[in-house]
Amino acid sequence: MSRKIRVLVAKPGLDGHDRGARVIARGLRDAGMEVIYTGLHQTPEQVVEAAIQEDVDVIGLSILSGAHMTLFPRICELLKENNAEDIMVVGGGTIPEDEIKALKEGGWAKELFTPGTPLEKIVEWIQENVRV
Amino acid sequence: MSERQKEIKDGLDRWRETRGRMADRDCRFETVSSLPVNDLYTPLDLTDFDYMRDLGFPGDYPYTRGVQGNMYRGRLWTMRQFAGFATASDSNRRYKYLLEKGQTGLSVAFDMPTIMGYDSDHPRALGEVGRVGVAIDSLQDMETLFDGIPLDQVSTSMTINAPASIIWCMYIATGEKQGVPSEKLTGTIQNDILKEYIAQKSWIFPPEPSMRLITDIFAYACRHVPKWNTVSISGYHIREAGSTAAQELAFTLADGFAYVEAGIAAGLDVDEFAPRLSFFFNAHIDFFEEIAKYRAARRIWARRMKEKYGAKNPKSWLLRFHTQTAGCSLTAQQPENNIVRTAYEAMGAVLGGTQSLHTNSMDEVLALPTEKAVQIALRTQQILAHETGVANVIDPLAGSYYVEALTSKMEAEAERYFEEIEKRGGVLAAIDQNFFQQEIADAAYHYQRAIDSRQRIQVGVNEFVNPGETVDIEILKIDPQIEKDQVARLQKLRRERDNIRVRETLDALRRACAGTENAIPRILDCVRAYATEGEMIQVMREVFGEYKEKPTF
Repeated sequence: MSRKIRVLVAKPGLDGHDRGARVIARGLRDAGMEVIYTGLHQTPEQVVEAAIQEDVDVIGLSILSGAHMTLFPRICELLKENNAEDIMVVGGGTIPEDEIKALKEGGWAKELFTPGTPLEKIVEWIQENVRV
Repeated sequence: MSERQKEIKDGLDRWRETRGRMADRDCRFETVSSLPVNDLYTPLDLTDFDYMRDLGFPGDYPYTRGVQGNMYRGRLWTMRQFAGFATASDSNRRYKYLLEKGQTGLSVAFDMPTIMGYDSDHPRALGEVGRVGVAIDSLQDMETLFDGIPLDQVSTSMTINAPASIIWCMYIATGEKQGVPSEKLTGTIQNDILKEYIAQKSWIFPPEPSMRLITDIFAYACRHVPKWNTVSISGYHIREAGSTAAQELAFTLADGFAYVEAGIAAGLDVDEFAPRLSFFFNAHIDFFEEIAKYRAARRIWARRMKEKYGAKNPKSWLLRFHTQTAGCSLTAQQPENNIVRTAYEAMGAVLGGTQSLHTNSMDEVLALPTEKAVQIALRTQQILAHETGVANVIDPLAGSYYVEALTSKMEAEAERYFEEIEKRGGVLAAIDQNFFQQEIADAAYHYQRAIDSRQRIQVGVNEFVNPGETVDIEILKIDPQIEKDQVARLQKLRRERDNIRVRETLDALRRACAGTENAIPRILDCVRAYATEGEMIQVMREVFGEYKEKPTF
């Protein structure tokens, strides 16, 4: 039997919109994953440190402050510096379509889920794409 | 039961018998807050109802029917679109545009670094400058923000909480520069720190020193800025965080009572500061539930202020409120549909007797709104005001069996929560116990589950979906260059101002914060010396400490 998928749900940046992050953390936990939630106002350094310390398979970033074009690349960079680029990065929030494209093409986010995505879809995606 | 009631009861029984043989649609008949509702309301739902006790007349206690005697017959609600982005000069242009289009009050949105007390060149501000609102670092930016807008002629609402004292002082000082005395300034600072711990989560200091800053503002305002609304007690964010309507109502009013108690404990007379307390509610999509919520809010506030807190000035009994349509009810899918949602929500707010209103733009679920989208949102209010006729009659839904029963139900639900909060030792204790946060998280999760399982239909999201839809509306983009420009302006200011005076005023602020002296005059001195927001917050952080949440989900 394979072990449980470990997920870090993280809120980088300064905004306090945590409804989505908390709903998703709970949904993933209910789907049988091990979920760690960072809490609000995390710096990219704190997010990466938590991900490494908790030995997670995937980081889910929730960003509603508009700073996604800065935060996703910064976190990926830090993962690389710490030889932890095997940790997959996904995210969600209010991100316009062309920037979703730019983030995915730049390799800074494996997948992005915008408002209105059903929990099941996110759960399924993670179960299919995260190897443990 | 009277003869007449018995007659109604018999009629109802007969009707129910026939009705019972008819099949209902396969769905849950409940409000958006999952409150079950009956298929029909009759006088039997209002057997305890007493017109004079429960409603009275508009402008009369307990104000269920509205806070002004003539309501919209006298003056329409203030159409106040929340706006702010990029730099002070960009936002200044947007404000002038809105005023030209017939908007009647300003409402300032700040960027996250300003909200969290960081200057634009702080490492934590990287990538966030000017993104979700305007970047304000010092008095200089505030002067630019209101350049050419005489502060004695507009009322300005500012959505700022943890650093509210500083931003307010910047506004007062901008007035001074324009030659407008503080006594003439009108507007609102949100300044509602309790809902930050509960829902919006933009805190800086722990609750106790935060409450002290708020009572300092109360005391300063009564003497020097008497027309200012010193706090806008906000349910909006509680609702956006996923609460039900009853939770929004109860938690917001509980916060309000906590401010009243804090003011009284600080030695102020309740009638000195209570008339300047204002409220801010959400207008969600469930039309009748929202109207009942506003009506119940006015009644509960008036009764408690009079009976429990002994306020004698009728102005202390009035619950005046701003409303914003529900951002969380909008969908990224088929965003044009958001215009329709917003219109219904706005109508609910107006039928509920709001004093001012922000209507969301259809594209706000995707980014900050474009001018075109903002114009449609403002036009929605103007159509409501001038074409639909809903502003002609005061509280037109009063007497509806459903609306009155729902209003009483909301009141009862709120009372139940007040008891629970009291049992837990009050609002601050309940925050510490994670009570509000958990209640809201549970409601949010429940709602999401209902959407995912299609027990609840959201048009364009889980039903009536356009396959392969691509969003082709224009999106407002913030140029990354503005962050660099803002940082350059800030650093230039730091070089050119009188830095000895800045140091002296900051030292005086530190002493005031560490002691019991009212901090507002000291903040004003710092502001006038062009100390930056970040510098003042840093001083306060060193004295007051920082709040840390317990992350739960």
